[in-house]
Amino acid sequence: MSNTIRKLENTLERRDVLKLLGLGTVAAATGSIVSGEALATPDSAAKLISKLSGTSSYKSGKITLKMPEIAENGATVPLTVRVDSPMTASSYVKSIHLAADKNPRSEVASFHLTPASGKAEVSTRMRLAKTQNVIAVAVMSDGSVHRVSRLVKVTIGGCGG
Amino acid sequence: MARKPRIKLPKSVNKGQVVQIKTLIPHKMETGQRKNKKGGKIPRFIINKVEAVFNGKPVVTADLHPAISANPYFAFYARIDESGTFKFVWTDDKGGKVTTSKKVTAN
Amino acid sequence: MIGRKILSVVAIMGLGIIVGLANNASIAFADEAERRAKDPRNKNYVVGEKKSGYVYMTSQTRDMQDDDFENSGFPWVDQGEEIWNKKMGTVGKACASCHDAASKSMKGVANTFPRYDAKTKKMIAIQAFLNRHIIDDMGGKKMKWESDGMMGLVMYVKLQSRGTPVKSIINDQNRATLAPFLAKGKKFFEQRRGLLDLSCKHCHEDYAGSLARSNVLSMGMPNGFPTYRLKWQKPGTIHRRFSGCNKNVRAKPYKRGSEEYTNLEFYLMQRAAGLKWETPAVRN
Repeated sequence: MSNTIRKLENTLERRDVLKLLGLGTVAAATGSIVSGEALATPDSAAKLISKLSGTSSYKSGKITLKMPEIAENGATVPLTVRVDSPMTASSYVKSIHLAADKNPRSEVASFHLTPASGKAEVSTRMRLAKTQNVIAVAVMSDGSVHRVSRLVKVTIGGCGG
Repeated sequence: MARKPRIKLPKSVNKGQVVQIKTLIPHKMETGQRKNKKGGKIPRFIINKVEAVFNGKPVVTADLHPAISANPYFAFYARIDESGTFKFVWTDDKGGKVTTSKKVTAN
Repeated sequence: MIGRKILSVVAIMGLGIIVGLANNASIAFADEAERRAKDPRNKNYVVGEKKSGYVYMTSQTRDMQDDDFENSGFPWVDQGEEIWNKKMGTVGKACASCHDAASKSMKGVANTFPRYDAKTKKMIAIQAFLNRHIIDDMGGKKMKWESDGMMGLVMYVKLQSRGTPVKSIINDQNRATLAPFLAKGKKFFEQRRGLLDLSCKHCHEDYAGSLARSNVLSMGMPNGFPTYRLKWQKPGTIHRRFSGCNKNVRAKPYKRGSEEYTNLEFYLMQRAAGLKWETPAVRN
């Protein structure tokens, strides 16, 4: 029995296996997805980030995205984006954009900061339909754009409840 | 659910102090991706914007999408150079607004 | 060791335990579960052998519970406070009119539910008790078990006991009266049910701390309810949790407020004695 299932697992996503068994819990957690709806892809997420930040050349560093490596539940995943910036009138973070590459849609949130923010750090909680990359970019007042991404694993709990 | 937000913001600060502000508002953040029991699509209904304004000047604005969890939590920082009033505005898809103000004294 | 930690019963596969020892992810989770159990932060959430559900959560989820401004249950508590102070019904009184400040009058009250109801000669849960009080004594309208208003009111009342230990209400005077209900609750807990033929005890006593897929099985403690569940994206009552658990083992759930669930809640309360109240807790 378990061998059969492992074989199945090799060919299908785990979630699909669960669905086959009629035991999917993710659907209940994050809402069943309407069929035919376009799903985000790494490509669509990259395009979105490029559109929002007005560039496709990114610098690394200066930006950190804090998220759990394994989400306790995909419905509510805490995150904090921190950007290294003096936040003065002459040098500050203008915007922080977030995107996800395997959610139903790529868009997550955009934060528009000002020198009055004092510190370039924002926190929120997001939904992750499955294991995927979350991408964050910071658009600086000098026009440079810093990018970071993180892989967050979303697991399927045994207990729906 | 009465949509009453919760805000953590100190009542008094030192001039020029940078403080963290935490906000939380109850809202379902209906994604528009879910189906009801009859198989019909449940229309999207979310809070799509959160604004924080201090003495009339914007500090932070957030554009939210359905990927933000229910009961959206949003924390950020602000440098407070003078006494005044923080105004927070949450706007939903139907144009509904929830507004709250908090006074801060800078010493 | 890990073998013992991971349930391997075929029947339990229905719970989602498909991956066995060969899967690295499962082993990583087993390590994670042990790491959580040793976290010094959990010190106040363990009493002897008893562990609060808090202990089984990731640090991010515990962070959410620990800060009243990050804890998503609090907007409901706020609403409960409003209801507490609002005049309702034909009598025109608020809860506060008779009970004064909840911070004094409701402290420790969480321990006294479910309580024995002389009128029906059954145990009564706090929701049913409040409704009867609101209808009979205040001339108000019934609030639904899982409604935001009822949830908020119960959370607000139970919040007043936060940090105090769960205490058993059984004493020499009432032991004879309460014993049958306690026995019924215990029987429910130990009774196999559903297509998976599992009892509450199997997961929440015999295998507490083990993994059901990526979930660490808790000891099934009631001290944080109504609790904000990340999965529900709102708070829920312990009867909602019972119902979900029953559905998981493919059993037909009982109704919220049913005799069965009220007795079970009563049994769990006695079983949790010593742990501290955490309402509103945050769980996965």
